[in-house]
Amino acid sequence: MSKQAPSSPNATTEAEVDPDEEAEQAPVTTGSEAVIRALENEGVEAAFGVQGGAIMPVYDALYHSDIRHVTMAHEQGAAHAADAFSVVRNEPGVCLATSGPGATNLVTGIADANMDSDGLLALTGQVPSDMVGSDAFQETDTTGVTAPITKHNYFASDADTVGDTVGEALALAGEGRPGPTLVDLPKNVTLDETDAEPGPAEPPETTRPQYVADEENVEEAAEAIEAAERPLLLFGGGVIKGDATEQARAFARGHEIPVVTTMPGIGSFPEDDDLCLSWAGMHGTGYANMAITHTDLLIAVGTRFDDRLTGGIDTFAPEAEVVHIDIDPAEISKNVHADYPLVGDAGIVLDQVDDAIDASPDADEWREQCQTWKDEYPMDYATPDDEPLKPQFVVEILDEATGDDAIVTSGVGQHQMWAAQYWTFTEPRTWVSSHGLGTMGYGLPAAIGARIAADDDQDVVCIDGDGSFLMTIQELSVAVREELDITVAVLNNEYIGMVRQWQDAFFEGRRMAAEYNWCPEFDMLAEAFGARGFRVDDYDEVAETVEEAVAYDGPSVIDFHIDPAENVYPMVPSGGANGQFALTEDQL
Amino acid sequence: MSSQENDETDDLPKHGLKGPSPDERPHPEGRRNSQGIRIDPEAEAEPEQRRAVLSALVEDDPGVLSRIAGLFSRRQFNIESLTVGPTTVENHSRITMVIEESDPGIDQAEKQLAKLKPVIAVGELDDDAVRTELVLLKVEGDEPDKVHAVTEMYDGQTLDAGPRTITVQLTGDEQKIDDAIDAFRQFGIIEIARTGYTALARGDQATVPGEKPGTADEPTQPTNAQ
Repeated sequence: MSKQAPSSPNATTEAEVDPDEEAEQAPVTTGSEAVIRALENEGVEAAFGVQGGAIMPVYDALYHSDIRHVTMAHEQGAAHAADAFSVVRNEPGVCLATSGPGATNLVTGIADANMDSDGLLALTGQVPSDMVGSDAFQETDTTGVTAPITKHNYFASDADTVGDTVGEALALAGEGRPGPTLVDLPKNVTLDETDAEPGPAEPPETTRPQYVADEENVEEAAEAIEAAERPLLLFGGGVIKGDATEQARAFARGHEIPVVTTMPGIGSFPEDDDLCLSWAGMHGTGYANMAITHTDLLIAVGTRFDDRLTGGIDTFAPEAEVVHIDIDPAEISKNVHADYPLVGDAGIVLDQVDDAIDASPDADEWREQCQTWKDEYPMDYATPDDEPLKPQFVVEILDEATGDDAIVTSGVGQHQMWAAQYWTFTEPRTWVSSHGLGTMGYGLPAAIGARIAADDDQDVVCIDGDGSFLMTIQELSVAVREELDITVAVLNNEYIGMVRQWQDAFFEGRRMAAEYNWCPEFDMLAEAFGARGFRVDDYDEVAETVEEAVAYDGPSVIDFHIDPAENVYPMVPSGGANGQFALTEDQL
Repeated sequence: MSSQENDETDDLPKHGLKGPSPDERPHPEGRRNSQGIRIDPEAEAEPEQRRAVLSALVEDDPGVLSRIAGLFSRRQFNIESLTVGPTTVENHSRITMVIEESDPGIDQAEKQLAKLKPVIAVGELDDDAVRTELVLLKVEGDEPDKVHAVTEMYDGQTLDAGPRTITVQLTGDEQKIDDAIDAFRQFGIIEIARTGYTALARGDQATVPGEKPGTADEPTQPTNAQ
């Protein structure tokens, strides 16, 4: 509790002021007002955070602001919620925390946003400047701690410039390849008087990205595409973040090139389209991984070739030349050598390449081959009536019961893979998950952020695992307080399931610390929080319960007791070859 | 569900998917090396490491050096030396780094450096760049004449000569410094402080891309400015 202890209890008592007029017109008088003004100038609608001693002046300035502040149960939840907000809205999300433990609790969420290139602005309180370095109460070297996991972070030194600094940090978070930024705000800086209104928010001059690719490189890439016999498009998260799904879809369809996505790229291309082979990688579809293994020209857009996608680099797309489109030059040839590097904005460069192509590649046979693989390795699971409930079935029913533009958030583990495999995604920004960092507990706070960012008529479903849900379950109190219409589906196998799967496969079945049969009754816990709670044990109850939970106007939790023995397949063993995916445990 | 029941996993029906098993599928012939470059399996597989001198112009933001050092450390770039000092432009510093990496590694180090906000521009220096290192050597003072002779041979300077120790300063390229240290070993070296390389491009060539030599009043423009 000490975290929330106020150091000066002089609460504002200007209750008579009209908030609408004040928010627009009152001149800036303190550093903290400049901070909030900078956010307002950029159209920030929502912020997620937790109060505390060193950030109190900033919260005080929020008192008269139109920015919707959502108090979270834990700062990690604030960072994840802001992250999910940014994924759904495609603009940086904002989170706040106090100094010391508040700031360090944000770290996981900032690191998560950093790995997934999600725009995020974190504002942290700090002890007064003259106490910095003295190990003062609730002091942490926040810029030091977060330097490796931010695009850039700032230590605000002056009330006169703090507004511009916050504006610059917000602009930088969303510029080019998005990512998290942080501004550390010493308490004296936010309390100090200033009349400096923040200017236009501009990213620093030294970071300006290049949006248009070099024409000569474009010509060469276009020639390679024309000549390809087995071309394959690989759409990463950058297609969605670059708002380039329209160009990406037109490009694929215009040249009839099959498409695989990465997991963050889910939604960039409709999964029900004939050209779509779904997502590739460790638990991707067999056909996506076969296509990657046999393509002769991989046209990768907005992906960083994570090892969960590539498997062992030596066997990744072994027959392919690689065209790599990315706005971050450092991603070119970082993991996979790019034979045709195209640095620029995904949509602009795709249009450039499209213009430069004279004739689409002749790939009838290749498309047929991809279709054959789809038939050969279908995504499918067994559902005999006498077996325990299969998680894949639950995901399919949830998909059917919700709208086409429903947003799915997830934690990390087996449930995440089943959600990604068995939900048919067709729209960008409807799959909100923790990819690069693999943060268990991401799902529920992300659902809160997504709900606040989404349209009112969009369904928001959190598919979580028992272990993952338990990590941030306290955020259910926030969903109840804010009356958020969220359906949480817990795929409960009483295991930390992905670990169990690996222990069975690679540690001779020694299930050390993987059993979670001590988990609480999630339906009862949900009711205790004030949400609706359901428990489902078999097939007959699934559809009906899902319907009721989705229809309920508020947070609901369905505790699905699924087959504890079910595992995630296909699977490319860590460091293995994409084309050698296992379909059963025997094949590992 | 208890763990006992779960132990019966093996008895459950295997529901696997259709299609041939992994070892029955075709194995493509191609392959990539550890740098992700598609290679001829018969030819050399791994790129060799070499030393590269990188020069970066940076803004004098607080913590700029720790950001750069932290980048090298967390990305496991093999750094040999790093020097830093002000330039003719106010609020700008030049950082000279020597790293030992493969060509793709050097390329990656440059690009990652360029991403840091305080870094204005970064580039690798050519082999003919002017590069020099400073070293201070403290040796036993028993044979001052001989020490002086060796110091002269290497164009060094004596900075301090006492009854028990002599401290000399030498500058030059790495080879010269190494040779000099070898030569001083006979006297008994007590302490050494080396700075690592600092370097500038030769002639009227810019040391980092975008830098305009001889126009000290004009701040360097970032190379990626549009």
